[in-house]
Amino acid sequence: MEKRAIKKSSLSISENGIEEKKSTRRLEVLKTYKIYIGGQFPRTESGRYYVAKNADGKQLANVCLSSRKDFRDAVVAARGAFGGWSGRAAFNRGQILYRMAEMLEGRKAQFIEELTQQDSTKGKAEKEVNLAIDRLIYYAGWCDKFQQVFSAVNPVATSHFNFSVPEPTGVVSIIAPQNDSLLGLVSVIAPVIAGGNTCVLLASESKPLCAVTFAEVINSSDMPGGVVNILTGKVSELAPWFVDHMDVNATIYCENDSSVQKMMQEKSALNVKRIIFYNSVKWDTEKGQSPYFIMDTQEIKTTWHPIENIAGSGAGY
Amino acid sequence: MPKVKSLFSIPDFTLSPRVDQVGVEERASRFTKRSIKKESKVSGLKLVLNMIDLTTLEGKDTEGKVKQLCYKAMHLHDTLPGLPTVAAVCVYPTMVKTAKKALEGSGIKVASVATAFPSGQAPREVKIRDTKYAVVNGADEVDMVISRGKFHAGDYNYVFDEIAAIKEACGEARLKVILETGELGTFDKVRRASDIAMYAGADFIKTSTGKIQPAATMPVTLVMLEAIREYYYKTGRMVGMKPAGGISKSKLALHYLVMVKEVLGDDWLNNEWFRFGASSLANDVLMQLVKEKTGIYQAANYFSVD
Repeated sequence: MEKRAIKKSSLSISENGIEEKKSTRRLEVLKTYKIYIGGQFPRTESGRYYVAKNADGKQLANVCLSSRKDFRDAVVAARGAFGGWSGRAAFNRGQILYRMAEMLEGRKAQFIEELTQQDSTKGKAEKEVNLAIDRLIYYAGWCDKFQQVFSAVNPVATSHFNFSVPEPTGVVSIIAPQNDSLLGLVSVIAPVIAGGNTCVLLASESKPLCAVTFAEVINSSDMPGGVVNILTGKVSELAPWFVDHMDVNATIYCENDSSVQKMMQEKSALNVKRIIFYNSVKWDTEKGQSPYFIMDTQEIKTTWHPIENIAGSGAGY
Repeated sequence: MPKVKSLFSIPDFTLSPRVDQVGVEERASRFTKRSIKKESKVSGLKLVLNMIDLTTLEGKDTEGKVKQLCYKAMHLHDTLPGLPTVAAVCVYPTMVKTAKKALEGSGIKVASVATAFPSGQAPREVKIRDTKYAVVNGADEVDMVISRGKFHAGDYNYVFDEIAAIKEACGEARLKVILETGELGTFDKVRRASDIAMYAGADFIKTSTGKIQPAATMPVTLVMLEAIREYYYKTGRMVGMKPAGGISKSKLALHYLVMVKEVLGDDWLNNEWFRFGASSLANDVLMQLVKEKTGIYQAANYFSVD
């Protein structure tokens, strides 16, 4: 009898609702959205942050407000990674881009959720994620093929074998599209790295969540650290630094702000870096993917290779 | 400065102070927390440039490479006026003559490594001849390596006598003694080797050859600076310090300057008493100086190739 009573009383304790209360009061563990530099996820060196909100003003996350020094560090990482990445077999770069697509596929649900948090609808979000995955596959395929398409053997009058091939330009700084926060991001990064460049990207200021999560995808895709570096922060603050750094070889800007475009064109003269505007590209259409996007950050190298004048001696090929 | 005592007893080196590793590492990390900005940063960076021993110690060194390095030592970055020169150019003994000729009239010193650098595994006669060869060819400074094997075996007298013999062979040239801290293993041994080198007549003590990792670190440099301070208090003789290897960023170099100032004071903050053994540091400092002047981050390919 006694035993039973004890049992009953202990049962009544749990029936008190203590257990239940605990489970309803559990705090959700929110992700810290950090930046991605050189294969690491540091916080901004400045210690600053801003609050990402959706259209209703609901707070989504505290996001790093990156400083020019974060950008400087990212360029150092990108420059360091350039030799290894551009020196890899093009086929291997394709494999790694494909791997990124695989990883993205596996985390679809998370991206759809983040996109819907940032004012997309479920259907639209799903379409955007699917397109982003397909786009990675598309550029994975081009990695070892665009060279053949855009190379040439040139007819010359002297006894030279003369040929032109595309080569990656180097470190590319990118200010990502503000609205297509995942698809736009993927559509500008993929052609740049497919061609063997490394990049530093500033994510959409108003919709930064997907960019940081995409960095986690990159980080688990056999991608060497430093090839892609992702910062979050203000375009107005960072754009001048993105374009006047002497160790950046090209800058991509995807918005229509003509004052920013003018500033970029002026500052780019310092080291004659290439400025590329994608201000009217619809990323969710067929027009949003093309090998010409790869060629935007390639340089053409022409080689004159001396040969014996076979034709002159009448031998022919 | 207290008067130099003419006679001081040589201590028992087995009784050199033991070093608290955790404390030293903690103290060394504090020096990296000082904020040095704007004008003080610029003058700090110029001081760093002026303390560099621009170094090339490769098996593949040629006379052409040494001449190019000497030219760089004199003309660090001519588009930026008002820069100092480096303190010295550091080469192998066979290159001393070339360097001396190339640097004529510039005031830049020629330092030569000697004594079977970097291993030091050679008989004493060979080491002495190696040293004399460098000095006869015009070396202003000699960087010797200690016999780490003998040191580990506890033969401190051998190490001491060897340094003293090389010091004698140097004549007028200043002697830097490389401890190769990466091969010594513990801070206790670094401290003991520092004491041996200073009492045997070193003008400078130097961390590393640059051929062994780890090379110079802030904690190991701190241990050596403290040894110098204690030696100075005991004997009144100043000894210089040269960390070498692994210092390739301006920010790190500034941290070292802070450490020298806070451990030894302003008397050591010049290239008579403090040097950096480095090759790529110079370009990084130049890039920072140009950044300070123009406000624009620089790229390595606009600066001379080392």
